[in-house]
Order: sequence, then C-alpha cells, then structure tokens
Amino acid sequence: MMTVLRASGLTVERSDGAPIVEDVSLSLDKGEVMGIVGESGSGKSTLALALLAYARRGVRIAGGSVRVAGTDMLELDAADLRKARREVVAYVAQDPGAALNPMLTLGTLLTEGLAGGRAEKVTRAREILRKVGLPDDEAFLQRRPRQLSGGQQQRIAIAMAVIAKPKLIILDEPTTGLDVSTRAKVLDLIRQLCISDDLTAIYVSHDLAVIANVADHVTVMYGGQVVEQGRMQEVLATPRHPYTRALLDAVPSLQVRQDLRPIRGRVPAVGEAPDGCIFSDRCDYAVDACSTQPALRLVGGTQVRCVRPELAQTFEMRPQAVSRSERQGASRPAVLQADGINAFYGHRQILFDVGLKVEPGRCLAVVGESGSGKSTLSRCLIGLHGNVTGEFRLDGKPLPLTVGERDQHARQRLQYIFQNPNASLNPRRTIGQSLAAALVNRPEASGYGTIIAEALERVGISPDLATRYPAELSGGQRQRVAIARALVANPGVLLCDEVTSSLDVSVQASVIELLRSLLADGLGMLFVTHDLAVVRNIADTVAVLSAGRVVEQGGADKVLSAPSHPYTQSLLANTLQLPTEAVPAIAPRQYVGGSW
Amino acid sequence: MTVDSQNDNVTIGVFARLQPLLARLLQGLLTLLAVSLLIFLAARALPGDVANMILGQSATQEQLDSLRVQLGLDQPLWWQYLIWLGGILRGDWGTSLSNGQPVADLLALGVRNSATLSGVALAVMLPLSLLVGVIAAQFRDGFVDKIFLGMSMVANAVPDFVTGTVLVALFATTVLHVLPAVSFIPPGDSPFSYPDALVLPATTVIIPGVMYLARLVRVAVIDVMATEYIQTAELKGLSPSRVLFRHALPNAVAPIIPAASLVAAFTVGGVVVVEYLFAYPGVGSALVDAVTNRDLPVIQANVLVIASAYFIFNLIADSLAQRDEAAGQRQSKA
Amino acid sequence: MEMTLTTHQRVRPRRASGWWRLWASAQVRWGVILLAAMTALVVVGPFVAPYDPAAPVGKPYDVPSAVAWLGTDNLGRDVLSRVLSGGVYLAWMAPVSALLSVVIGAAVALVTAYYRGWTDLVLMRSLDVLLAFPGILLTLLCVSVFGPQPILLVGLVVLTLMPGVARVIRGAAIPLLDREYVLWAKAVGTPGPVIILRELLPNVSSPLLVELGLRLSWSVGILSSMSFIGYGIQPPAADWGLMVSENGTGLGTQPFAVLAPILMIILYTIGGGLIAEGAARVMARTEGKA
Repeated sequence: MMTVLRASGLTVERSDGAPIVEDVSLSLDKGEVMGIVGESGSGKSTLALALLAYARRGVRIAGGSVRVAGTDMLELDAADLRKARREVVAYVAQDPGAALNPMLTLGTLLTEGLAGGRAEKVTRAREILRKVGLPDDEAFLQRRPRQLSGGQQQRIAIAMAVIAKPKLIILDEPTTGLDVSTRAKVLDLIRQLCISDDLTAIYVSHDLAVIANVADHVTVMYGGQVVEQGRMQEVLATPRHPYTRALLDAVPSLQVRQDLRPIRGRVPAVGEAPDGCIFSDRCDYAVDACSTQPALRLVGGTQVRCVRPELAQTFEMRPQAVSRSERQGASRPAVLQADGINAFYGHRQILFDVGLKVEPGRCLAVVGESGSGKSTLSRCLIGLHGNVTGEFRLDGKPLPLTVGERDQHARQRLQYIFQNPNASLNPRRTIGQSLAAALVNRPEASGYGTIIAEALERVGISPDLATRYPAELSGGQRQRVAIARALVANPGVLLCDEVTSSLDVSVQASVIELLRSLLADGLGMLFVTHDLAVVRNIADTVAVLSAGRVVEQGGADKVLSAPSHPYTQSLLANTLQLPTEAVPAIAPRQYVGGSW
Repeated sequence: MTVDSQNDNVTIGVFARLQPLLARLLQGLLTLLAVSLLIFLAARALPGDVANMILGQSATQEQLDSLRVQLGLDQPLWWQYLIWLGGILRGDWGTSLSNGQPVADLLALGVRNSATLSGVALAVMLPLSLLVGVIAAQFRDGFVDKIFLGMSMVANAVPDFVTGTVLVALFATTVLHVLPAVSFIPPGDSPFSYPDALVLPATTVIIPGVMYLARLVRVAVIDVMATEYIQTAELKGLSPSRVLFRHALPNAVAPIIPAASLVAAFTVGGVVVVEYLFAYPGVGSALVDAVTNRDLPVIQANVLVIASAYFIFNLIADSLAQRDEAAGQRQSKA
Repeated sequence: MEMTLTTHQRVRPRRASGWWRLWASAQVRWGVILLAAMTALVVVGPFVAPYDPAAPVGKPYDVPSAVAWLGTDNLGRDVLSRVLSGGVYLAWMAPVSALLSVVIGAAVALVTAYYRGWTDLVLMRSLDVLLAFPGILLTLLCVSVFGPQPILLVGLVVLTLMPGVARVIRGAAIPLLDREYVLWAKAVGTPGPVIILRELLPNVSSPLLVELGLRLSWSVGILSSMSFIGYGIQPPAADWGLMVSENGTGLGTQPFAVLAPILMIILYTIGGGLIAEGAARVMARTEGKA
C-alpha cells in the first residue's frame, strides 16, 4: 500500500517557545482515515494546520517534516506551497458559516483555485455539486454562503476541498456545530467520498463517537503530545493509556445509565504542562516513575506514551450501568407544571400547546434540535418571554407567566443555569459577590458567608475562590459556580438549559454527576438538551420537542429504548455512539458499510 | 441523498426594505424642519433691531415702522416663520442686510467654494485612508504601525485650527514659504484657478480625516484577516494579492462606509473653523462674518445649508450602518 | 467528593479587574499624569507669571529676549505670562463639560437601553436631532444671541457631546442585556436600577473611559476653537485659543506667540487622547479573550 502522509517529529511552538504540539509523528496509507481526538487545548487543530505547513499568528512550526505524496510541505517556497495547498492537501474548517467568504458566490468559491477556462471550471463545479448532493444549476452557483443552511454550507466547504482532487484532505471538526440529523448526513457524505474517490483523510474531533464511526486509525492527543496511537478497534477495545481510558469512561452512553467518571483537574494550558508525564497530575495511577517524561513506544500494536502500559489490563472495566437513585413508580405531586403553553415571536407561533410536569427528585429532559423551540420554552418558564399564553403551576399554586408578576417566593423556588458558562457570571464581580446577589432575595437568610461557603463546597469548589473573578476560573468551574448560585436561593426546581453542551466531555461528566447528586437531594429538574446520551444518563422522563410541539413524552427508558414517534426514532438513529463493550465485534468500517 | 432542509428568508420584499429608509427620510425631514425653526428663532433672538440696523441711528420712528411692515416684522412670529420657510422653498432667501445683495447669490458663491474644498478633501481622504490603513494593518505592531497609531492619536485629539496653524507655520510663514497663508479667491472665480490656495485648507481637513478613517480601516483589515474565511482562502493556496483584494478588502470596506459618511459630515461641520483660519471665502467664513455683522438672512441661509449637508451625510451614514446591522442579523439567524 | 474538592482548586493566574485593569495600561497612566501636570501648571501658572498678562512690556511682536523669554504678542504683552495664565478657563470648563457629557450620556444610555419602551424612542430620537446639528453651529448661534458666558459655553459643549456618548454607551450596553448574568438577575426579580448599577455599569467601564478621554479632547477642541474664531473667551483676557488668532498675523516674525499656546492645547488634548487610546486597547484585549 502506498503511504500518502508521513509526518515525523512535528513540533509547533508559541512565539515564546512554549510548545503547542510536541514531536508528533503520523503515517497514513492511501484510502485510510486517521482520527485525531483530544479535548480543547490538546493542540489537535494546531496539528491539523501544521500538516498544511500553516501556523496561526504568534505560532510557528519549529521542527519536523511533513511529506504528503512525495511533497515535503515544510521545505516548499511560497509559490510551491500555494500550489501544494491547491493540489496536494486540502482543508475543511469547523464552522462553515465562518469559513466561507460571505461576499463571494459559490461558483467563485468553488472554482477560484482551479486552472483552466471558465467553461471547464463551471463543468467541474457542477460535477462536484452533484457529488456532494447539492443542486448544480446556474442560479445555485450564483448564490452566496449566507443563503444556505448550515448543512449545505458544510457540503460546499467539502466540495471546495475535494474539487481539485487532493491527495490528502484534512477535516477539522467538520460536523461539530450541526444538528444530529444534519451531522449524520454530512458524515455519510464524507464516508462516501472516502470510498468513491479513494480519499485519504485526517479527521479531527473532540468527539470519540464521531471518530469511532469514520476512522481506521486514531491518534489521541493530550497537552500537545500524542499519548496513544493505533488502529481504531484496537484502541477502543484495549485502551492502554490512562487518559484514553478516562476519556472513554467519561463519554455517556445512549444505551445505559452509567456511573460517569470525570477526569479530575483540567487540561494544562500551553506552557503550564507538569514536568515528566504530561498527564501525571490528573492520572489516578501515577507513580514516582511518572516524573520523567515517557517516550512513545509500541505495545501490542499501539503506540503508547506511558511508563507502564501493561497496567491498562488491570484497569477496571468500563463502568457498569447504575440504577436510578430514587425510583418510586407512583408519581408525586409536581413542583412545576405547565399546560397549554403557546408562545409567539411577533405573529409567528413558536410553541404549540406544550404541557409538562417536573416532580421533586426527578429530572424531566426536554429534547430537541435547533429551531425546535426548546430555548423559547426555557425562556417562558423563566418568565422572560412576554408573548405567551397558557398556565403554569408551582407547588400546585398558579404561577404568573412573567417574572414581573411573580412573587419573591416563586422567583426563589425556580432557579436557572444557562448554557454558556462564560456569560452566566458577571465578569466584573467576584464569585462571592455573585452568590451574595442571589442571597439578597432570601431575606430570612443570615450569615451570608456561611451559606456561600456551603454552596460552593456542595458543588466542589473551594470557598477560598469566593474572592476570585470568573475569568480566573475554567469553564467547568464557572458552570459549578452558576449551580452554586442557584443552590444559594434554596430552590425547588432547577431549570438547566444545555448546561453541558459547551463543556469538554471529561468536565461534562463531572457536571452530570453533580446534577445527579442534587436530584438525590430531592430537587426537581428540567434539563433542556439536544444530546440523547446525556438524557439517558440524567433524565427520568423525557419530552421530545419538534417544531414547537411535544411529539413524544414518557419515561426515559421507554422513550429511548422504544420510541414511538418517527421524529424520536430518527433522532435516535442519527445519534452516534461509541461501540459498546463488545468492541471488536462492531468494527467501525463494517458499520459504515452497512449504512449505505 | 437529499438536500438539507433549506430555510431561505433572504428574499425580502422590496417594500419591506424600502420602508425603513422612507421612515428615516421622513424623520430626517422633520429634523431639518426643527433645525430651521431653531435657526429662525435664534436669529430673531439676536440682540439689536433689524430696522434700526438697516436705516441707521438717524431714522425716524415712522421710517422704522414702515420698514418693519415692509419686512413683515409686525406679523406674529409663526407667520414670519412660515413666510420665511416659503421663501426658502421658492429660492427667495432674502437680501443681505450688510450689503443689500440677494442672499441666494452670496450663498451660491460660498457653496461653490466650500463644496470644492470639501470635495477635494474627501476625494483625497477616502482612497488615502484605505491605503494607509491597509499598510498599517500589514505591518501590524511593527515600527510603521506604531508611528501611525501615535500620529493618529495626536491628529484626532488636536482641534482643526491647531493643525491648520501648525501647517501654516511649516509651509507658509515660518519654516518654508511655499504656500499662501491666506486663501484669496476673488468672488466668482473658481477655486480650481487658485490651486495653491486650496492646498493648506484641504490638507488641514484631510489630516485628521485620514488619521481617523485609516485607523478604522486598519482595525477592519486586521479583524477580517483573522477570520476563518481568510484562513480558508490561504489554505486553498490562493495568492496573497487575491486573498487581500478579492477576499479581505470587500469585507473590510463594508464597516468603513458608514464611518466615511460620518467623516464627510464632520468635514462639512468643520469648515467653519478651517475657512475662518485661512479666510477661505466659503459658507463657513461667510457665517462667521454674518454673525459679527448680525446679518440675519445670511446667518439663516448659511446655517441651513451647512446643517442640511451635515444632515444628508449623517443620514447616509445611518442608513448604511442600519443596512449592515440588518445583514449581520440575517447572518446570525442563518 | 473530597477528591473533586482538592482537584478543582487550580485556577488561572490572577487577573486584575475593573478600573485597575485600565490603570494598568501605560497609556492611561501617562494620559492621567499629563493631564494632572497640565492642570497643576494652569493653576500655579498665574502666580509664577513674571508679568501682568494684560500689560504691555515691550513693542509688539518682539522676539524672545532676557526680558520676555518667549517674546511679546501683537500688543507687546509678555507671551510667557499670557501662556501661563491662559489656561484657567479651559482647565475647569473642559473637564466639567466632558464629565457632564459622559455622566448624563451614560445615564440616558443605560436607562433607555434597559427600559426600552416609548421613552427610549422619544429620548433617542431627540438625541438624533441634536446629533444632526453640527455642534459648532449651535454654539455659534447661541453665543451670538446670549454672549460668551462660560456657563453657557459649558452647557453648549455638553449638549453637543452628550448625544454621541449616549449612542456609544447604549451600543455597548445593549448586547449585555442578552448576557446570561443579566437574564439571571431579571429572572430572580432584581429591581431595574440595581441591574443597571450592578450588572450593566461595571461592564461598560472601558467604553466609558474611552469616551471620557475622547470627549475631554473634544471639549478642549471646541472651547479653544470658539475662542479662536472670537466667540469664546473675550479679549483682553488671556486664553490659548484667543492667542492663536490674535497673533496669527505675526506668525512669520514672532512664531512663539502662536506656537506656545498651540503647544499647550496639543499637550492638553493629547492627555485625553492617551486615556481614550489606552482604554480602547484594554477593551480590545479583554474582548478578544472574553
């Protein structure tokens, strides 16, 4: 087999010399797909760009070599490098909305790098549009990127990359911002192109499930280093590095409710890596030997950067299913109930006759894709959406529709946690001040300091951090503080709006565990999300929202195991999963083959 | 394979797009009306009796009274305003109290000179800002860029008459003696016949304008160069010139256009001081003279002309900014 | 739980917050120092001036000598003494105008941005009318009617600058209204004034400082321009703007009579410019990182 990509010793540094990507080697044969997986800050995107001999501002490629189909990318002069980027290696960026120039037509975008006459170029453009499943008429070629949906934009970005028939294509999180069903279609397209055009591809993602579904090989990145590299099935079946293991354990499963294991600590920032093994300060199995940096070595078919990879065999197996903490079948009186909710934006109706019920100690998940009305629903419950009709009941008593009409007690009983941890705390106030602001609404509370300290400890944040500003905390820490702020008000119901979707998977696991423990304390919870695996792991009941209507509602087990509505069925079918326990039995390629 | 569901709300009706513009225009006309009322009242409130001023101290009470009737000064104020406004709309701007010439004629001279000055200044300013801004952005954080940033901070902080006086000292009176310190243009002649008289006034307007606009261009270019679509264009192997001119500049210029119209408005507003400094015979210096002479019709006419020009450029700036905002909203919804 | 407790303590390096962040900018510091020095000079100046600024000490437009270090002006008065005494008006009028513009403008902006409704519409539209009228014309008109009284001049400068401040601050405040921390404050029923003061105001501190610096420069500019065209401070008082126009004809023979006051105006305006520039850079930096 012909080797298309051979990178060795690739090192990328920040201008102050701190390494972002350290000594990475990759090798890929024709027609194969390599997945590069890592959490935010692992250097995976920087690595992807370095393969095109590209470095962002303030960053430089400090060493190593990248040979693609016989071309040494790092040794080319400017003109040859541009030629190589047109014809040898192509790149697809994460967010097509940002990566396609809004001022240019699709025709220009597709053909501007090509040689040849106009007629020839247009023919090529039409051909490629058909291939990626888009219309190929002149009117479509005259459109601009903003006139397309997100999925169409990503198809254009892929078409742009493959139109010159490159030897290697690099996809940097190409499906991350897309809805589940759109994502499935774009992934199908990528798989199809790999087969039909015999494409060699690098697929970068933070999502192990996606990688597992497209890649033959996987490279696990952590803190700028490769910690494990090998064949996909092999790594999934027997992860040898503790980080790989931990990452797999942190991914929630769609099939069973699990004991999720967060990875403690956080990804080291560039230039802050610990001495010795880069993962040692977060590793549960670290020993004295870990204070010297281990080299990558071949163990049983995979490359591992660990002093004692044989240890992997003694790791506990993937966490088993856990039963629900509290499972009375008989329903209790609802803390929060909504009936016949209709909401409008101007004359457009967003929600149609939505009804739901939150019980104490139980979690209701509201599931929907973008545009389903789920954010409008949470704004209605908060009382910040004015244009709404229907009926809310809190503790059995009627609850006014808007926050201005609600009394202090009601405002306290209902607390909210938002999606974006970066904006949920006022950046100009300390953690303690933000929490104290919540206490002002609790006139009976005395001893502010104690209550704040207790709330912080409850969410696993040291009370010492009360004097810090949000910018000094990580995303996960900020989300915990937001939860603490809600707890300070002594609430009956927590409304959680996509609270885990902007967090890394290891951090997500810890937040889910925290929310579960709050459920066990008897809090009622409404959890808005698009992620069915998260639903499986936290919800007792599920309401599926589509185009503003609840299309299916019921117990989480029933809805996720035997969905009755076609929309729920398609959501489930399109949700990607890590192959379960019997990994070797479900080889990714076989699954791929079966899908089309 | 099916095409993804397509939500295409780009085709906005022509009417829907025009409606805010019409509303804007209507609002603008109301503003102008308010301005004209303000001008009328302010001019009427000027101390000194008009009839007295025209006839001098020796005039008898009867002569004064009959002139007041003739000028309509005995009518109620609102009626006088309507008469005045009607006259303006018909092109009858009254006669100057100080030299008896029709205001419309005087105004025509001033407007031509001022429009020439502003026009020349803008014609140089806009392309120059683009050039300077792009260069500064290309050498971002380098020596050239730092010099530019320092200069632009000073040029933007310092008032026009200071810039102008320094230019005069440099090129006319003290260091070099290559240009006239005073822009003498005989009434009725085209300013283009006296190009050396235009140089210093125009430069005084151009310097702060370029320093302000180029800065915006610099930031816009830097922002655009940092976008993912520029990175994508570079990764597609396009030439640097194509990346800059075809991909970056069209996107960078869009946010500058409203600011450019705003600068045009400021230029028009700033002519008063600059024209006074160089004794340049335009609407600005005419206005200052008229205020000194308490020449009511001339004051009104000049203020109205400057305010209208200022207003028109502001309107353009506003509607361009709104269009950009609308485009931005469309984008974020997509 | 104990494990998590100990492992979530690692925090990022401390970052200063609020006004200290702005003070940390070298440009802001230099701007403040420059302004303080200029103010000190203007206050002390009249007492250390060698001559009475209104009395002739020699023949007109005399070049610098041991008697008059910076020469004499159009009436033979000592330029140095006039420069030292000529900033008194600017020194209080400009900061007062700038401060009032920013305070009133910010108050209008934050209140209208938060409460919306018809008051918002009426207020912002009337500000648009003000914005549509070149400030110098308004000032010229009013001064020609009521005479050049300092209080009137300050009022006019405020009227000219305030709408611009309101627009900028409003523009900075509106995106904040959709931030989750503001939504949260609304959701738990925090009163409007408290949200404005506690959630909005601290988060527009950088644009506020930019505006303060900018408007200070512009106040100096407008006030000295008015003096320059003869509708501000009236002769025989010593005033920098006035000196420039008084001595313009002697620029060839005695440039110091013009350049000395000009240098003072430049230094004064640069002080404001530096503050604005520094604050704007701090803003760009923090926004980039969020």
